[in-house]
Amino acid sequence: MDTRFWLIQAFNGISYGALLFLVGSGLSLIFGVMRIVNLAHGSYFLLGGYVALSVIWTTGSWALAIPVAALAVAAIGLLMERVFLRPLGFDPLRQVLLTVGFAFLFQQAALDIWGGDNLDIVPPAKLTQTVVVGRLYLPGYRIFMIAVAATIGVILWLVMEKTRMGAAVRATVDDAQMARGVGIDTSRISMFIFALGAFLAALGGVIGGAFLGVYPGLDFQILPVAFAVVIIGGMGSLTGAAIGALVVGLADNFGKALFPEVSYFTLYAPMALLLAVRPTGLFGRD
Amino acid sequence: MTGTGKVLVVASVLVAILLLTPHTGSFMLLLITRALVLAILAMSLDILLGFTGLASLGQAAYLGVGAYLTAILATKYQFGLGPGFPLVIVLGFAAGAATAAFFGLFAIRATGVYFLMITLALGQCVWGLAYRWNSLTGGDNGLNLPGRPEFAIRLADDVTYFYLVFAFFVASLVILYVLVKSPFGRSLEGIRERELRMRILGYNTWLHKYIAFVIAGGFGGLAGVLWAHANGHVSPEDVVLTTSVDALLMVVLGGSGTLVGGAIGAGVVLFLREYLSTLVPWWQYVLGGVYVLIILYLPGGLMSIPQRIRQRRGATSDLAIAKGLAVTPQ
Repeated sequence: MDTRFWLIQAFNGISYGALLFLVGSGLSLIFGVMRIVNLAHGSYFLLGGYVALSVIWTTGSWALAIPVAALAVAAIGLLMERVFLRPLGFDPLRQVLLTVGFAFLFQQAALDIWGGDNLDIVPPAKLTQTVVVGRLYLPGYRIFMIAVAATIGVILWLVMEKTRMGAAVRATVDDAQMARGVGIDTSRISMFIFALGAFLAALGGVIGGAFLGVYPGLDFQILPVAFAVVIIGGMGSLTGAAIGALVVGLADNFGKALFPEVSYFTLYAPMALLLAVRPTGLFGRD
Repeated sequence: MTGTGKVLVVASVLVAILLLTPHTGSFMLLLITRALVLAILAMSLDILLGFTGLASLGQAAYLGVGAYLTAILATKYQFGLGPGFPLVIVLGFAAGAATAAFFGLFAIRATGVYFLMITLALGQCVWGLAYRWNSLTGGDNGLNLPGRPEFAIRLADDVTYFYLVFAFFVASLVILYVLVKSPFGRSLEGIRERELRMRILGYNTWLHKYIAFVIAGGFGGLAGVLWAHANGHVSPEDVVLTTSVDALLMVVLGGSGTLVGGAIGAGVVLFLREYLSTLVPWWQYVLGGVYVLIILYLPGGLMSIPQRIRQRRGATSDLAIAKGLAVTPQ
């Protein structure tokens, strides 16, 4: 094991982390604003990949597939929040259980529409070229993934920190009752955040589809990993989600490379430990 | 309905299951056997969710511990396939309880959704080991058991195995029922309703929750042993997140805080999943749809239907009296 091994593994970890940031940041924001643990979040990821495939099959355009898939799934998330979650009011457990029901419905719908095969999203050839940096041969697609996550991260950060809407969201995360008291429409904020979360997860699904594939069961595979991101970073915090994604991405990669037999254990055990010691995560606030 | 009345209804349903099941054909027989095993798991979860107010998203971990223990003992040490089987059952229970005793140290501190998350993380730890620790667990392929135990009784016979599982189901139901009706069970309900008040009254709420968690883990482990031999196969599928979610779904579907509800939920879920799936391809819509509708319109689960009906009837007769139209209701 030389430096090259460590560099390549670190690079792979960071690029996986980039993908996880897309899934985790939405989940984190949804929790922060609504206190809902959205168990259908993995389904958004999967649906994003499937819708993108349909767009690619009909139009042949990969670039078009990204926004169409993300917006379509955002619309699904928005409907779910408006029609089903919102009327339940503030009953977190029932809301969580309801999202499970939806996860099952989405699973079946995906199976009916797209079948049970392992599918792959093929990105344009330009993106899959190998990039040579020094003595390292890096897959271009992974660099693209990092770039997308970084761009999205910066945009999200700007929206959250610099706009009126972002300030309202932060206020709602901190204290929803107080926010309502000073006239912030928290119901609208919830709707916006839920749609945004679904949008980001679906985006992750499209981009990750070239990397993980798109197949039944992916939804419940990505979900616990996304939770690890959110928990380590702290729920409701954007910076936390970014750092959590990096930690999980790296831990996952090095775990698999160094101790394959206990690799998932090395991912989830620290997560449980952290939750026990500091339930709000590294960057979360109570 | 009075307490005795309810016990009588449950008892007669149980007798009916006991008498009818052996005549239902091999497919149905195995289905009911498996449903009874999962009913034990669901009831163990109900102790946490329904009676203590702790929504655990990792109950499959204990099922997995019991099941893998059985399979590893059987395949690696040829133990538990003869007269050693009763010991395996005890060990399975103990292993589930011990795992819960360890996990509980981390989990019980958390409340609400944080408890949900931490049990999810702990459950994933067990899954990760089952999935990746190839030399011990067989990894993705899992472990195939050589066959069911044979000693004084031949469990290889599906009907005999059904009787065994049925006996354990009834025993679990009775033990858990006694538990929730005991002063300890009442304190758990007190914690569910208002933990702070219980603490002020001098109850050690942490210890109460911890003990409930360990007991639930023990029954989960017991279910695991029976599950391994019901299927003849153990795989990471048994420990995966969706199995924990299933257990939660069973409890909520049947009605949490009722014990029997979890058992009914297990029956309904397994019936939809295994039987309906052989008839129609869109069975999962039914499962998901039923589930969503119950959460939205029947938060008390299927067990609350009789009460709902009574309430509605009560409401209409009250209305009728108010209008001076009805004869005196009984």
